[in-house]
Amino acid sequence: MSEAVITDTADVMPVGTQGVVADFSADKQTFQVPWGKAMMWFFLLSDTFIFGSFLTGYMTVRMSVRDAWPVPSEVFALSFGGEPIPLILIAIMTFILISSSGTMAMAVNMGYRGEKNKAFWLMMATAAFGAMFVSMQVFEWTKLIVEEGVRPWGNPMGAAQFGSFFFMITGFHGLHVSVGVIYLIVVGRRVRSGFYDRTRGNYEMVEITGLYWHFVDLVWVFIFAFFYLW
Amino acid sequence: MAQESGQQHPLSIYFWIWGLLFVLSFFSYMVDYMNFQGALRWTLILVFMFLKAGLIVGIFMHMAWERLALKLAILMPPLALMVLVWLMAYEADYTFLTRIVFFGEGAPLPVHH
Repeated sequence: MSEAVITDTADVMPVGTQGVVADFSADKQTFQVPWGKAMMWFFLLSDTFIFGSFLTGYMTVRMSVRDAWPVPSEVFALSFGGEPIPLILIAIMTFILISSSGTMAMAVNMGYRGEKNKAFWLMMATAAFGAMFVSMQVFEWTKLIVEEGVRPWGNPMGAAQFGSFFFMITGFHGLHVSVGVIYLIVVGRRVRSGFYDRTRGNYEMVEITGLYWHFVDLVWVFIFAFFYLW
Repeated sequence: MAQESGQQHPLSIYFWIWGLLFVLSFFSYMVDYMNFQGALRWTLILVFMFLKAGLIVGIFMHMAWERLALKLAILMPPLALMVLVWLMAYEADYTFLTRIVFFGEGAPLPVHH
């Protein structure tokens, strides 16, 4: 089972629907990607179902409550001395996460080019953006709990279920970001130390880490749309 | 090693997508800032959301360059979630109706926190 055999067949493999049939019936490895990458994709698929179930549960409750749902635009407004600006902190958090996705994409590219130092620093920049995101989330939670009196079992603004869904969904996402920051630091240090030069894996590990990080950004796109904007 | 080094694309494509994601995020924020309501709001939110999701999965996660077998294996199962959403939307409508019937429209609930 050498790498070259797989690659050679991949080069002459049919594409499109015929390619799907060929991949699944070839009596060998189905997905023509490094196994680590395939497994990360399957992990992310299972994570999609977790977040999907959370958001579906939130939809079900929000549709069926009789009390008015708190208006996110007002709940998450922030004032810098003057008139409160709606959702401003969430908007900044969104831009931070997108910036981190950009630096991550660059890191993957630099990894494959063998520019270890650039890849390392780009991954550290990504981790720094992630840490910034989590810090702002801590600020947001503190404000909501201390100043607005939001609890998982009730709040002064409306439907009692608001808090439980807010803390569960953003908390689980924040956990993913925090884990991602640690993951980035671990893999980034290995990139710099030349760890991946000594293994067969090369720099696909940077791309696998990138998959996880982009997924975290992807989930935020859905949370931003359904929880904050809707 | 053609497959392994296959995910090498010019940097410019990432800068483009990065910029596009910024613009789309700005637009989705504007939906709230401009206080659009009703069908227009929901349509815009969904359009911007799916565009952003597509760009992230397709370009940043390189799904656009993967073989169809992997694309189908990863992108088809989430369709089951759409069935769940549809079922639960039905259920939620029914629950809401039941609550209105039993507790009335405006009066406070018997147990209120």
